[in-house]
Amino acid sequence: MSLIELRGLTHIYSQGTPFEKTAIDGISLTIDAGQTVALIGHTGSGKSTLISHLNALLKPSGGTVLLDGQDIFASKASIRAARFRVGVVFQYPEYQLFEETVFADIAYGPKNLKLDEPEIDRRVREAAAFVGLDAGVFDRSPLELSGGQKRRAAIAGVLAMEPDVLVLDEPTAGLDPAGREDLLARLFRWHEIRGATILLVTHDMSIANRCERLVVMAEGKIVLDGAPEEVFAHDGQLLSIGLDLPAPAHIAKLLRERGLDLPAGIYTLDRLAEAILALRGKGAGPC
Amino acid sequence: MDPIIRINNISYTYPGSDKPALDGLTLDILPGTFTAVLGSNGSGKSTLAKHLNAILTPSAGKVYVDGMDTTDEGNLLAIRRRVGMVFQNPDNQIVANVVEDDVAFAPENLGVEPHEIRRRVDAALRQVGMYEFRMHAPHLLSGGQKQRVAIAGVLAMDPEVLVLDEPTAMLDPRGRREVLAAAESLCRERGITVVLITHHMDEAIRADRVLVLDKGRIALDGAPGEIFSQTAALEALRLTVPETTALITRLNAAGMRLPTTALTDEACAAAIMEALS
Repeated sequence: MSLIELRGLTHIYSQGTPFEKTAIDGISLTIDAGQTVALIGHTGSGKSTLISHLNALLKPSGGTVLLDGQDIFASKASIRAARFRVGVVFQYPEYQLFEETVFADIAYGPKNLKLDEPEIDRRVREAAAFVGLDAGVFDRSPLELSGGQKRRAAIAGVLAMEPDVLVLDEPTAGLDPAGREDLLARLFRWHEIRGATILLVTHDMSIANRCERLVVMAEGKIVLDGAPEEVFAHDGQLLSIGLDLPAPAHIAKLLRERGLDLPAGIYTLDRLAEAILALRGKGAGPC
Repeated sequence: MDPIIRINNISYTYPGSDKPALDGLTLDILPGTFTAVLGSNGSGKSTLAKHLNAILTPSAGKVYVDGMDTTDEGNLLAIRRRVGMVFQNPDNQIVANVVEDDVAFAPENLGVEPHEIRRRVDAALRQVGMYEFRMHAPHLLSGGQKQRVAIAGVLAMDPEVLVLDEPTAMLDPRGRREVLAAAESLCRERGITVVLITHHMDEAIRADRVLVLDKGRIALDGAPGEIFSQTAALEALRLTVPETTALITRLNAAGMRLPTTALTDEACAAAIMEALS
């Protein structure tokens, strides 16, 4: 059974005023337990509005959100349950650190779950280790951490809730390439070990193409949904809605346009290199 | 040619920090050039940018803008007119309710004549492709459009240098393309000196010169083709190479002979076609 199901989800901001704006428009989507999904789309396409419904921060103007088949807005208890099961890390989460110590900040969620002290302690330590945050900083103020450490502490606070679904909005924005790589590797390892569902919101195609499924939004609707090779085959459509192809897919497109007979569905460097080397010596160039 | 910016052995330590953010950095930037500055988080990129128009002044050493010492407060206004800055977050840089008022804000403050303001505002908005939006409300624009309005606001001061500190970090791919194209055309067509600070290697490939900072110093300095052929050195500095270079390195390791200077996707595709034919 699907873990998350959106049925005809619509959200209209400032409904009934002259500023009325439909941010998401009748979206239906199911996500299975354990999937890794990238949600991509231009600024203002409705991505952030959509994810704010998954843990009941926004109430739909129309349609429903089901978690394990249950409407999350059915009761106060179901809303609370959704907040614990769906962990959302918003953009630049480091601005939301507020406790006196790093430990207290990461422990904030588990404390709200009314867990006992040893369990809170275990979860904080595990979450910090997962994101690569050294226990030596636990007693320091979050404000004393570097930018990268703050980002990790904020993500650890959500991991410590041990959610079934982890939603991250541009988790690597502003990080240097090594920091980006390290954080992504850690998040995917967390997914593998815990079997948790991951929904990554991004417009970085080199991040999106690591997920098994891509969901593309434009103007409040889902316009493409499939495996990366399927979605990236729609290159014209992606470019026209303001997105990009991953560089290997773009280079493959340019090579095809110049007459090279490359197979379809190439979007990683490995496959592109392999395909080019396979053509070498076959006299495959244009003649 | 005299450098428009001359940085002579500067160091800077933030108050309360025990580690210098800039540590004996020396650099000349020639007028009309496009320089990209790369470096890991904490390498000193943004601190360097803030020294270019005297938002920060060095703890030791000197920065000269068009020959003027940035530590001399009498030069402040003249320096800020010559060097304009655009930052990461477009929402923090907009002050007015109408696009053209926003662009006119700085020249109005500088006491420029009204008809000259009109001319500059129109020219600046045309230059960044935002003229048709001149009567729009800035908060309803996309991120890339807001950043282009911010660039137009700097252009209306008629600067010689445009410093962009991670201007695309919060933008979607189309917004990134728009902002980079605007910055590049200002350099190539109007001769404005551009300094672009970025975490994206592919944004640096069109620059004339790439600087890589590490621990507050310049670790690498050269043309994009020279810098990006040094994969190991870049990785040691927490950076990477553009995907074109990664592909060419892979193909060359398998016996092909492609130039590592083919950095754009187009140049890379052309080089591969030539090698295969």
